[in-house]
Amino acid sequence: MPGAIYAEGLVKTFGDVRALDGVDLDVPEGTVLGLLGPNGAGKTTAVRVLTTLLRPDSGTAVVAGIDVLKNPTAVRRSIGLSGQFAAVDEYLTGRENLQMVGQLYQMSGRDAKKRACELLDRFNLADAADRTAKTYSGGMRRRLDLAAALVVSPPVMFMDEPTTGLDPRNRQGLWEVIEELVAGGTTLLLTTQYLEEADRLAHDIAVVDHGKVIARGTSDQLKAQTGGERIEVVVHEREHIAPARGILERHQLGGTSQGGCTVEEHTRKLTVPVSGGAKLLAEVIRELDTAGIEIDDIGLRRPTLDDVFITLTGHAAEDEPELKADAKPGTEEAAK
Amino acid sequence: MTTTTQPAPTTAAPRGRGGFLQSVTDSLVMAKRNLIRMMRIPEVVIFGLIQPIMFVVLFSYVFGGSIKVPGAGTDPSAYREFLMAGIFAQTVTFATAGAGAGIAEDMHKGLIDRFRSLPMSRGAVLTGRTLADLVQTALTLVVLAVVAALVGWRAHDGVLNALAGFGLLLLLGYAFTWIGALIGLTVRTPEAATSGGLIWLFPLTFISVAFVPSQNMPSFLQHIAEWNPFSATVVACRDLFGNFPPNYPIPDAWPMQHPVLASLIWSVVIILFFRTLAVRKYRSATV
Ligand SMILES: Nc1ncnc2c1ncn2[C@@H]1O[C@H](COP(=O)(O)OP(=O)(O)OP(=O)(O)O)[C@@H](O)[C@H]1O
Ligand SMILES: [Mg+2]
Repeated sequence: MPGAIYAEGLVKTFGDVRALDGVDLDVPEGTVLGLLGPNGAGKTTAVRVLTTLLRPDSGTAVVAGIDVLKNPTAVRRSIGLSGQFAAVDEYLTGRENLQMVGQLYQMSGRDAKKRACELLDRFNLADAADRTAKTYSGGMRRRLDLAAALVVSPPVMFMDEPTTGLDPRNRQGLWEVIEELVAGGTTLLLTTQYLEEADRLAHDIAVVDHGKVIARGTSDQLKAQTGGERIEVVVHEREHIAPARGILERHQLGGTSQGGCTVEEHTRKLTVPVSGGAKLLAEVIRELDTAGIEIDDIGLRRPTLDDVFITLTGHAAEDEPELKADAKPGTEEAAK
Repeated sequence: MTTTTQPAPTTAAPRGRGGFLQSVTDSLVMAKRNLIRMMRIPEVVIFGLIQPIMFVVLFSYVFGGSIKVPGAGTDPSAYREFLMAGIFAQTVTFATAGAGAGIAEDMHKGLIDRFRSLPMSRGAVLTGRTLADLVQTALTLVVLAVVAALVGWRAHDGVLNALAGFGLLLLLGYAFTWIGALIGLTVRTPEAATSGGLIWLFPLTFISVAFVPSQNMPSFLQHIAEWNPFSATVVACRDLFGNFPPNYPIPDAWPMQHPVLASLIWSVVIILFFRTLAVRKYRSATV
């Protein structure tokens, strides 16, 4: 059975740009999918297709068991959306904005009023509730928009960079709100540039680049794929590199035969992939000490999602500036 | 963010009531939104009032003496009486520009994504705007009628007929806001919608019987003027307000002979036609 959010082969082009180039997604009910990717990867486009705002050129999308292309109206009853850019009416107050959304979800006037009050409290907007949204700061607008997405707590939620522009306290607060929602059974698709956020909230992560999903899995799986944990040692004496290497290779991931220890001669730094955490690190330190090897620095390094992100999407980001650097002198010449 | 309040239970949004009832309530919610906005940006409403008041004063005092109304003999105030229905009708059609600009603005703001992702009735964004413009038009008409009364205009055929006349004017104005809605959906900026909503109104309102009797026009313009939807409402109002001079020779064209019916038909046809096109265009912008 497909998940609460399911997409297969989504393609969307804008002129020459293939914003989506065959995206497949499957988010089981009650889980959070984090959609990561560099700017222009196609994250927002994917969200817009799944929330009935944009018709894809081809592919299928099913949300809450309903075909997005065949029955968009029914899908709209089951989703909440907080887009990348706050969608609030600037000339209405925060309260009026939320009441309006409630009423458009077919709530009675009284229920909409009550719900607006709750949400304003919850998102720290009670003090500004009766000011027009025009007077709100960027983060306040963002929170008002998120509140609007949560008016009815629909079973499937989409949030496009929900914490961009929020201060650390409000970000933490939103994370708690999201965790409560998910504990209550909501399925969430979340795009973010904050990998820490994906790490904390998302059960699964899909990395998108150039309109394609280039990697997916849990945060741990992706990190393991990027290289797992490593021990890095900087020895004091150049002569100690060889014996240190011997000790490290005995503990390396997959046994001695792998020869996985890398050495930077001039910085006297040795790096070896391991699995065994702090306990192993302590053992390595003892052995190095027993062997009389003086160490300047030693540490256990785990890849972060940042490493994953940069490893997976790094090539494109490195190639482009070079092209531009080449083109530039030419254009300047032409301009003269 | 406090965590003292419990999240609402995770349920699907309340089932849409669907159908006609929902489209009425959604449209009213959207109308309320637009009226609040109009109240908070009163400049727009105020400028909308100044222009027709200027027309009343300019036409009655500048042109008043030099335009002769057939059948009025030498009565100098006859033109003032004759004119008012024309200015009323022209004023209500200017709502076209406001509706167009408002909808063009909405369509290019992020807020439209919110509306489109909600289970609301598809036509409500447009209907709400046109209803709010109807309220604004009604307000403008009240002020204008007072100013007209101050310069000597009167409705001579009783309150009911006068109200019927204003009803026809409101219906015409409402019909024209749907033309504005379609323009607003077609152009890219509110400024373009404003000029796109006004430009054709000048020939439409001047090649009509609104300001001068059609008898004095070349014959091909005379036909256009007499079949002009705008003229039907103007003549109907003159009839209902008793603003024709006693011996005014009403032209033979069918809409001029049956102006109330013609006005109703024209307005309803315009609403049906342009509302259908506008709602379809709004929908096609989404899935
Ligand atoms: N309406 C549009 N017209 C033309 N091109 C578009 C349009 N919308 C998106 N694109 C293009 O599609 C590509 C994907 O855009 P999208 O907004 O989905 O990226 P994103 O992953 O959300 O980026 P970001 O992290 O900057 O928000 C980009 O190259 C963008 O320029
Ligand atoms: Mg985006």
